[in-house]
Amino acid sequence: MLLKRKEFLQVGSLATASLMLPKFLKAFDGKTIVPPGNKVLVVLQFSGGNDGLNTVIPVRNDIYYKSRPKLGIEKDKALLLTDEAGINPALPAFKELFDEGSLGIMNNVGYPNPDRSHFRSMDIWQSASDSDKYVYTGWLGRYLDAQCGGCAKPTQALEVDDILSLALKGENIKGLAVKDPKRLYNTSHEKYFKQINAAHEPGEETVDYLYKTLSETLSSADYIFEQSKLHPSSQIYPSTETGKNLKTISSLIMSDINTKVYYLGLGSFDTHVNQVNQQKRLFTELNDAISAFVKDLKSNNRFQDVMLMTFSEFGRRVAQNASGGTDHGTANNMFFIGGGLQQKGMLNAMPDLTNLNEGDLIHTIDFKNVYATVLRKWLGADDKEILGKQYDYMNFI
Amino acid sequence: MSISANQLKNQHLLWRAAFGPMAENANQLQEVSQKELYTLLVKTSAKNPEPFNVAGNLFDGMVKGIQDVGRMQKLSQDEKKMLRKQSVDDLKNLNLTWLSEMINSEAQMREKMSLFWHGHFACRVINIYFQQQLINTIRANALGSFADLLREVSKSPSMLSFLNNQQNKKQHPNENFAREVMELFTIGRGNYTEEDVKEGARSFTGWGFNLQGEFVDRPFQHDTGKKTFLGKTGNFDGDDIIDILLEQKQTAAFITKKLYRYFVNDTPDAGKVNWLANRFYQSGYDIQKLLTDIYTSDWFYSDKNIGNHIKSPVELLVGIRRLIPMELEKPEAQLLFERALGQILFYPPNVAGWPGGKNWIDSSALMLRMRIPQILTNADDFVVKPKDDDDTMMGMEGVDTKPKARQVNVKVDWDAVTKVFDKTPKENLVQKIGDLVLQTKSKISPTILDKYIDKNARDAYIKTTIVELMSTPEYQLC
Repeated sequence: MLLKRKEFLQVGSLATASLMLPKFLKAFDGKTIVPPGNKVLVVLQFSGGNDGLNTVIPVRNDIYYKSRPKLGIEKDKALLLTDEAGINPALPAFKELFDEGSLGIMNNVGYPNPDRSHFRSMDIWQSASDSDKYVYTGWLGRYLDAQCGGCAKPTQALEVDDILSLALKGENIKGLAVKDPKRLYNTSHEKYFKQINAAHEPGEETVDYLYKTLSETLSSADYIFEQSKLHPSSQIYPSTETGKNLKTISSLIMSDINTKVYYLGLGSFDTHVNQVNQQKRLFTELNDAISAFVKDLKSNNRFQDVMLMTFSEFGRRVAQNASGGTDHGTANNMFFIGGGLQQKGMLNAMPDLTNLNEGDLIHTIDFKNVYATVLRKWLGADDKEILGKQYDYMNFI
Repeated sequence: MSISANQLKNQHLLWRAAFGPMAENANQLQEVSQKELYTLLVKTSAKNPEPFNVAGNLFDGMVKGIQDVGRMQKLSQDEKKMLRKQSVDDLKNLNLTWLSEMINSEAQMREKMSLFWHGHFACRVINIYFQQQLINTIRANALGSFADLLREVSKSPSMLSFLNNQQNKKQHPNENFAREVMELFTIGRGNYTEEDVKEGARSFTGWGFNLQGEFVDRPFQHDTGKKTFLGKTGNFDGDDIIDILLEQKQTAAFITKKLYRYFVNDTPDAGKVNWLANRFYQSGYDIQKLLTDIYTSDWFYSDKNIGNHIKSPVELLVGIRRLIPMELEKPEAQLLFERALGQILFYPPNVAGWPGGKNWIDSSALMLRMRIPQILTNADDFVVKPKDDDDTMMGMEGVDTKPKARQVNVKVDWDAVTKVFDKTPKENLVQKIGDLVLQTKSKISPTILDKYIDKNARDAYIKTTIVELMSTPEYQLC
């Protein structure tokens, strides 16, 4: 009886039903609503090319300090993770996560023939293409194509933003960009849009495609808004952009929504000048937001089922430049945060600074191996179909 | 042919060959024939275009002071940064200047073809000098010979720099340029081997540019040895490679198919494409002749080709501004639309250009597209925050991170629009406006429209009908 009503409420977008919903569900404790094992992926993009070497610091490496006489972070300032690695002092929450076994760090991730244009390199990461190929769909978009051909609602992947990234655009199905569920709800509640949508009669292929998109947007807007109100988080989040975005994500993770993938960005990490302050500002925002997010997930018993992954379009050059910053580089590190990691801590060797390519790190792990692993082992998807090729899996999941 | 069927076909021609009808000639669209209209389009685009010149004095001065690329290396960090920032600003001007040409120029067919070539020869370099020169080359040759266009673009500093041919030297060949010239500009993937790429790259060694934006052939960097390229052997240089590529019928086939998908139908008709491609090849790549073959054919005006092209963001914006004359207090607001909808002029996503078609549409893009007419006519605010672009912002801080409601202040010349309907009786207004605004068979139900039309005055009636009709999925198509 209960389930039936709940299902009904999820599917329906009737005004009366949505008004009933919050009260109706408040009777239960939120913890039992989502079935355990419902894995969720959160992808956090560091836009602008984060300096990986000042993120995870090789504290015993002379080359690092010689290359960065001004920018190098001294061993006693870094928060030590291992004998040879420390984390940026603005990321104490990451140190805690590392120590408790909820953080994995993958070093030296990149791709062959790296491109130093922000846009192009981001394209390559988001589309998961080789650097000499141009692909118009994103890896998570193709995940949607593969996973939800028959999905009733295109809310399987959400980006917390006003604009949808290439990463979430599939050939046939595209994710949904929603910065603020309430604002999307209000916009889509223009009666005019609802009425022309309801009155449309199919007949021309392209017109129908547009109406299908409109119709899905309108129903998803209702659905997302209703879901986002189900379990307003009691956790206090910082009032930063990232804090708010993660709070939105958290409130949806605690709801019944069918979303498997969340996507958000933070930036700009393009620190050509005055790197110290800029990176510190962004890392502080990141640190405090992640700290609240993890607490929130833990207190709702959802930390096991959520994995947050970070990446940036490239790292930066090993040597500092003359303006207190660093220029565009190549390989970089990735973070994996979650209660369900199989391998934790430092997942592979730190970058080899003795073996550089014209002053740049040489990648040892192709990011597509990471994607394959996440798609297969975390999301249970057909990575080969999505990535167009079989990449070897890794063991962190 | 009924009057409205004739009008629909004329509008079809105007939407595809140009940027859509203008209010002021709306009434002539019923009588004139497609052949007459096409002849007019050819005539108005016949002159050589006035080249754009928006590079700021600062940039001009600095570039002229630098004699060669070697000296560029010696500029201080600050000087380089200043040059780049100036370039970014000037590129915005170039963008707005071109948009304004698309809206106002009588050389509609030329500007429309230029937009096509701008996507075909897609180039993303932040150098106003180079970009301005490339777009001027494209506009000058847009309706001329594809052979000339290809050669001039291939020798432009913009493309040579974007595709790394400056680094393509005898000792260290760089294959990027040679590969893209084949893959994207001429014959397409699957029609060459990796060996052809290598041999092509060797032939292009030495092609480069100086900072004044002049092509230079650097003989000491050129590999003078024998090369075998697409089955021919010789001591080829870059010009020879371009000649060989133009000899390939596949080049005509590749270009024609792309053009057909852009201007006629996203689903190409192999028979028609073949016929067009053969004639294009035989004409020696005469672009105007190819367009004449398309726009004077009967099949171009057949039902299945009308109203099914998804307007690109630029086509959408320019189309609105042609039908509704308006002045924007801050024209830069248009750059926000371009950014939010994914088509910033001079910043194509990559060398393959904008993919187009259904790729323009996702939930958020469609919602914004449907609200643009209301934003432009001051009925709604712009609250979308486009993503940052690190290539142009260079890590600048202090860019506002909160989505603020922006009012786009616009002065709309509604008189020019309402005048068109002076002779239309009130009961026919909705029908008549609908015929002018929408190209699809699918129409908006008059009973729904009726609820949103402001009936207080005739002006308001016309105005609200137009805006409501533009705020629809149907208006995304032409």
